[in-house]
Amino acid sequence: MLFTIAGEKKEYEEGITLDNLIMKEEIDNPEYVTVTINDEFIDKEAFGTTVINEGDAVEFLYFMGGGAN
Amino acid sequence: MSDIKIIMKKEDYRTILDHCKKGLPNEACGLLAGTVDGNVKTVTKVYLLTNTDNSNEHFSMDPKEQFAALKDARSNGYGLIGNFHSHPESPSRPSEEDKRLAFDPTFEYLILSLQDIDNPVLKAFKVDKEKNVTIHEIEYI
Repeated sequence: MLFTIAGEKKEYEEGITLDNLIMKEEIDNPEYVTVTINDEFIDKEAFGTTVINEGDAVEFLYFMGGGAN
Repeated sequence: MSDIKIIMKKEDYRTILDHCKKGLPNEACGLLAGTVDGNVKTVTKVYLLTNTDNSNEHFSMDPKEQFAALKDARSNGYGLIGNFHSHPESPSRPSEEDKRLAFDPTFEYLILSLQDIDNPVLKAFKVDKEKNVTIHEIEYI
């Protein structure tokens, strides 16, 4: 099954869930990652039940922030 | 200082400076789109984002604005190559929190110090996975 991650085509098995994809893509610090699929933001609580489909466009966005101290 | 160089238009620098001054007394932030050619990173567009923390000591970017910037950059054939934020009352150097929250070692992290409002200082940093910091030169064109 083909879909895109950050604009690049990737192939994974059918039925892969978002949390499995995060693990297989070896995303560091996943607790700081926001995910969109086809421009829709996915709630963190739904990562384990969200299934990626053929042709989906997945984006991982790291939280960006900091402080002066 | 490493051999990586960032090329930035003077007008983009002024855009960043104006945004950060308008954000005072709070920190301001944004994203940088551009290209990477070997050791040269060229900024092609500056995105001005909202500091959702509304704080003079912290900043957080709005994920929706981040995503919109990413899409716009990509639609123009660029990638996001870095971000910037201001330090209203402290020097241009990554704080411990800045380093802890710098997750992308390929990203440029720019910090504009407005500690001396008449002499703002913008510096670019790389933060590696071990949280070591390297300063990168900025060349203005």
